[in-house]
Amino acid sequence: MSSATRSELGSEAAVERWLRAYRQMLSIRAFEERVNDLYTRALMPGLAHLYLGEEAIAVGVCEALNRDDYITSTHRGHGHCLAKGAAPDRMFAELLGKEAGYCRGKGGSMHIADPATGNLGANAIVAGSVAIATGAALSAKRLGNGRVTVCFFGEGALGQGLLYEVMNLAELWKLPVLYVCENNLYTEYTHYEETTAGEIPGRAAAFGIKSETVDGQDVRAVYAVAAKFVAGARRGDGPGFLVANTYRYHGHHVGDISREYYRPKEEEQHWKTERDPLKLLGSWLLKQGLADEAVLARIAAEVNGQLDAAVQFAIAAPYPNPEEVDKDVYA
Amino acid sequence: MPDRELTFAQAIREALIEEMRRDSSVCIFGEDVAEAGTPFKVLAGLVEEFGSERVIDTPISEAGFTGIAVGAAMTGLRPVVDIMFGDFITLTMDQMANQAAKVHYMSGGKWKVPMVMRTTLGATRRSAAQHSQSLHAWFSHVPGLKVVLPSTPRDAKGLLKTAIRDDNPVAFFEDKMMYRAKGPVPQEEYTIPFGVADIKREGRDITIVATSSMVQVALGAAGLLEKAGISAEVIDPRTTWPLDEKTLIESAQKTGRAMVVDEGYGRYGVAGEIAAVIAEAAFYDLDAPVKRLGAMQVPIPFSPPLEDLTVPTEKSVFEVAQELCR
Ligand SMILES: Cc1ncc(C[n+]2csc(CCOP(=O)(O)OP(=O)(O)O)c2C)c(N)n1
Repeated sequence: MSSATRSELGSEAAVERWLRAYRQMLSIRAFEERVNDLYTRALMPGLAHLYLGEEAIAVGVCEALNRDDYITSTHRGHGHCLAKGAAPDRMFAELLGKEAGYCRGKGGSMHIADPATGNLGANAIVAGSVAIATGAALSAKRLGNGRVTVCFFGEGALGQGLLYEVMNLAELWKLPVLYVCENNLYTEYTHYEETTAGEIPGRAAAFGIKSETVDGQDVRAVYAVAAKFVAGARRGDGPGFLVANTYRYHGHHVGDISREYYRPKEEEQHWKTERDPLKLLGSWLLKQGLADEAVLARIAAEVNGQLDAAVQFAIAAPYPNPEEVDKDVYA
Repeated sequence: MPDRELTFAQAIREALIEEMRRDSSVCIFGEDVAEAGTPFKVLAGLVEEFGSERVIDTPISEAGFTGIAVGAAMTGLRPVVDIMFGDFITLTMDQMANQAAKVHYMSGGKWKVPMVMRTTLGATRRSAAQHSQSLHAWFSHVPGLKVVLPSTPRDAKGLLKTAIRDDNPVAFFEDKMMYRAKGPVPQEEYTIPFGVADIKREGRDITIVATSSMVQVALGAAGLLEKAGISAEVIDPRTTWPLDEKTLIESAQKTGRAMVVDEGYGRYGVAGEIAAVIAEAAFYDLDAPVKRLGAMQVPIPFSPPLEDLTVPTEKSVFEVAQELCR
């Protein structure tokens, strides 16, 4: 990856940034591996859509945001929530339906929301949050608070008309919102080329919205482009559209085991061995001399220890009381 | 101070003006809401006072700007969205029913969605099947939404001010045939709470629960009934959610007979729900089954003599009531 400038490499802040990004990506990976485990052991109810393989996008984008900036997320949202600052223990608690979860157990895996970290919510309707994100950007502009909103969605959302309604408005009104299209090639069990006419960036171009396509496995590339868009949005340049090419390692959800009918094993293997975001950043850190094997091993040990404790916390946490069932229907 | 006479449209405009002066986070989005002041001219003059930052013309993107209102409401604004015809709420359904209604609950009570959707209902404007429906039952069905059905200028103003101050998504349905109807409106500041039915006329022999456009119809029928020696009580619930069950039930217990008149479709509708509430609680005090009267179960036809057959009238309410009191 060539976008790291000399000054970027030299500065201590940059070293810290990439070590932090490495730790965060590893946390998401470790989180999702434990979700897989909890789910297959029947400890987690519902559905689990894993973000394994896509970690660099959430981390690269959120690295460009402030804590009080907003995000909206999707059914495959654990990575976005963690990257925006959610704590793994309360995330696991929510996934297990426990009172200590971010939504007191009422949201679950697909609805993590947290005002403290600017998380407006994951959404189980494909493209369901694109208007909410755009509305948050409208508030930020009206209130002049300088906040930027990032709207994460999968390429499946390109099929929803709502996206184009709000992109039109975002550009008309120059709203500080960054649309991040995570193209992991498959919407559930169908290759996106079977469902998507034309080119993805052409959709942004139609509204005069600036777009860039990046290697979503390269956290530094994602960060560089996201930071540029976020800075522009904060300055008042209006929306941006970022297409991040990526791959999900596992099935659409944990139960999607036999996948050969829609994608070959060799393809999965190729992404895992050649295009893994953690391996790419890890070997870059080593090559640049910004970390050695011992540092990376220590980070891994710390992350794994934290996440094991987080799982234990969630398993031990109590369920909500029955009286909670009809609380908070109305504010 | 004595009340003034205002039209329904003027009362709504006054509520918006007062709330926008009081709270700078209140803003309006919709199609042709600014200079045009909407096709019904309800918002005339607002953009001149509050500017195009707060009275915002949108493209014809009902789902888009409704969803934008949801996000804006979560993050510090209090949007009032204008959906020109109630028939178009179908286009906003995901944003209202799956997003706005659920955000507070799904987030464990952390995010709030203080927004209002103003829209219309009512037939007999010769507007045919896609501009004449009364679809308030659709929103009334969904936990997390509140639904308001004002029937007089006074109620419209007081209820709209409450809607704007409410921290929940509120759907506010205005009878488009009523915009020019006049009624007394207090000079001084007031609001009307949700979930409080209004007894529009007291009576002894039968309870007629009526909503929105049907309140005046029911009052007209009550006049005819009086001439026939029947004393009808007319109650307007004013909000279908929250619903003032107590007032409705107590009235039915007192009179022993009840019917419900609502301009939505009769089947699976507001009239059916209110009838069930009364039947469940007042069954042993009733002398007759509870009756429902709603729009005829057809797409609203264009041809005037046909359209007029589809909505309850003073005459049809009178006849059903008289039959119940036999
Ligand atoms: C409106 C809507 N339609 C269908 C679904 C069912 N569904 C859930 S995820 C999904 C595929 C989404 O693909 P994409 O947006 O690319 O995200 P990915 O799962 O690949 O991350 C579908 C069809 C849904 N949740 N919402």
